[in-house]
Amino acid sequence: MARNETPLVMPGNSSCAGCGAVLIARLVTEAIGPNQIMVIPACCMGAVATSFPKATFNVPVLRTAFASTASFLTGLEASAKAKGQEVTLVGFAGDGATVDIGLAALSGAIERGHSFVYICYDNEGYMNTGFQRSGSTPRGAQTSTTPGGALGRYKAEPRKDIAKIVAAHGIPYLATASPAYPADLTRKVERAVAVKGPTFLHIMSPCPLGWGFPSANSVELARTAVESGLWKLYELDHGVLRLSLSPKKRKPVKEFFAPQSRFAHLSDDVYEELQRAVDEEWTTIEKEGFSLRCETSRA
Amino acid sequence: MTSGRNMTATSAVAYAARLAQVDVVAAYPITPQTRIIEAIAKFVADGEMKAQFVQVESEHSALAATIAASSNGVRAFTATSSQGLLYMHEMMHWAASARVPIVMANVNRAVAPPWNIYGDHQDAISQRDTGWLQLFAETNQHALDMTLQAFRIAEDPRVQLPVMVNLDGFTLSHTYEPVVVPEPEVVNRFLAPRPAVDWLDVEHPKTINGVVSPEHYIQFRALQKDAARRALVVIEEVGEAFAEQFCRDSGGLLSLEQVSDAEIVFVALGSAASTIRSMVRAWRSVGRKVGVISVRSYRPFPDAKMAEALAGARVAVVWDRAYSFGCGGPLAGEVKGALYGRESRPVVLSAVGGFGGAPVGPTELEKALEWADASMQGRPVPLETWFGVKAYRDGRTPDGKE
Repeated sequence: MARNETPLVMPGNSSCAGCGAVLIARLVTEAIGPNQIMVIPACCMGAVATSFPKATFNVPVLRTAFASTASFLTGLEASAKAKGQEVTLVGFAGDGATVDIGLAALSGAIERGHSFVYICYDNEGYMNTGFQRSGSTPRGAQTSTTPGGALGRYKAEPRKDIAKIVAAHGIPYLATASPAYPADLTRKVERAVAVKGPTFLHIMSPCPLGWGFPSANSVELARTAVESGLWKLYELDHGVLRLSLSPKKRKPVKEFFAPQSRFAHLSDDVYEELQRAVDEEWTTIEKEGFSLRCETSRA
Repeated sequence: MTSGRNMTATSAVAYAARLAQVDVVAAYPITPQTRIIEAIAKFVADGEMKAQFVQVESEHSALAATIAASSNGVRAFTATSSQGLLYMHEMMHWAASARVPIVMANVNRAVAPPWNIYGDHQDAISQRDTGWLQLFAETNQHALDMTLQAFRIAEDPRVQLPVMVNLDGFTLSHTYEPVVVPEPEVVNRFLAPRPAVDWLDVEHPKTINGVVSPEHYIQFRALQKDAARRALVVIEEVGEAFAEQFCRDSGGLLSLEQVSDAEIVFVALGSAASTIRSMVRAWRSVGRKVGVISVRSYRPFPDAKMAEALAGARVAVVWDRAYSFGCGGPLAGEVKGALYGRESRPVVLSAVGGFGGAPVGPTELEKALEWADASMQGRPVPLETWFGVKAYRDGRTPDGKE
């Protein structure tokens, strides 16, 4: 096949059935096109990217270690400048590589103002290694390292809000997205490519195996997260913050949590509490407008 | 002969990076390396150096950024010391296994705790098995010359491995010596631009550093092993080419002084070797048959050359400014390994000292010579001695006797 007829994310790769991340990878990669270099650290998509001698991505991919996505983007940008090369540099990293081990490198790279598109596909834990808790795992979730057990030790802490942390750097462009809204996601990626300087997309990435739901329902679950008001789609473009979508009639949050085995232990009392928190948040948004202060922990 | 300008080894390294026309420098400050990146920052700010100079937020990122830049085909350089080098450790393996021809100056400094900013080799030696080639400078001139040679060695298609140029903290980094800075056009005749690489060509996309099965993994390691072995030849060739063009011997694998007829031969890395040279000259003037081997290339380790050089000696005193706890002096171990199976070989005495800036000077070296003499006379002597250690407060002696 000619270069321009070949898909940029090849079929037959080793991602799990219903993987949200590979769907995101396809949408992002196709939105950017062939003139890109992708940096992928240790994460699910790192494992999907190659099983030598096969390759999944039909764009250059430079694999790196867990903490180094943003520092590789830094070095690539410097080398591209030195060569006079015009190319989009893309970091494609999971939540562990972004909010935990790679946070210092990400912070440094944003502060220095290098031009890149950093995609954090957030499956809310270390899914590639068997569903361990990360700083992005929501409160109350069962993971292999917060197993609940006889003492009920689930994830006790609310998740880090990485988008807010990134926003605090004064980044030129930041957006959240969902694979259930591909047109919105694609538009945001295209905007990120056009912006000079660092850009960051935080994308919810449902994980059927880790979250415990049928693999056919990934997109539906991602859509429910948005329609219930739990996962907000917004963008921050040079200081201007806007919601991309306000669900007119919000679905009950239980519809997002209940189908996932990691939340199977939640009681109706907890659902009511979660529902109240989300309702209060959206009442505030409707009254005062959306601000990053509105973001509260989601579980 | 061209007379040099007085400068520190850190300035000399910065001049070398400038003369090598590096495209990207990513670095993070640490004493005593700082003067290298300060000098580079000034060169860049004054328009005298075109490099992209990136001031990253950690050493891990410094090396990661350097690796990424080098993967994209440009010439990349960084510098560090001590804790910084240790913080790079994951990326040290990455650089060598990714086969990127980076050059890094490591200004040798002790490792904490307890904190100490002065020189020893524990930092470099602790990175021994990362796959980097490691050269050691004896003088400030070497620091400049070896950095230039390092790019040619690293980028040689037979090698394609990163090279660390070691220079002793403070002894070289903060001491002024005359250094000849060659003219750019002369350097350009010695060091060609980096050969093109197409690893990240968007027209022919490849996935680099991916996941491989056990059967393929060992193939990658074997290629790396062969490259590091081939560096033994390339380092000699580059050292000879440099000597021919610049009329200075500042490269190669080993530098031998007064070794051929010596009964006692000292073996050392870095500036200690240059101190020992002056002692050897003094000892020779009073008729002592003593020589010195300066190990210029620690990795690859020139074991055959080492064994040949020591074949005629009766005692080798190997000086380590680093230690493998629970084992012994690392360089001493390697010298012993090189001598294994050789019929003609000296007794190897392992001298350990010069940690955290403690001197390896005339006092220590005279004592070491007495020790070697006693061994040569057949008296029972320890095979390892730590120099400069006082008796402990509880009355025990440093050799572990109660």
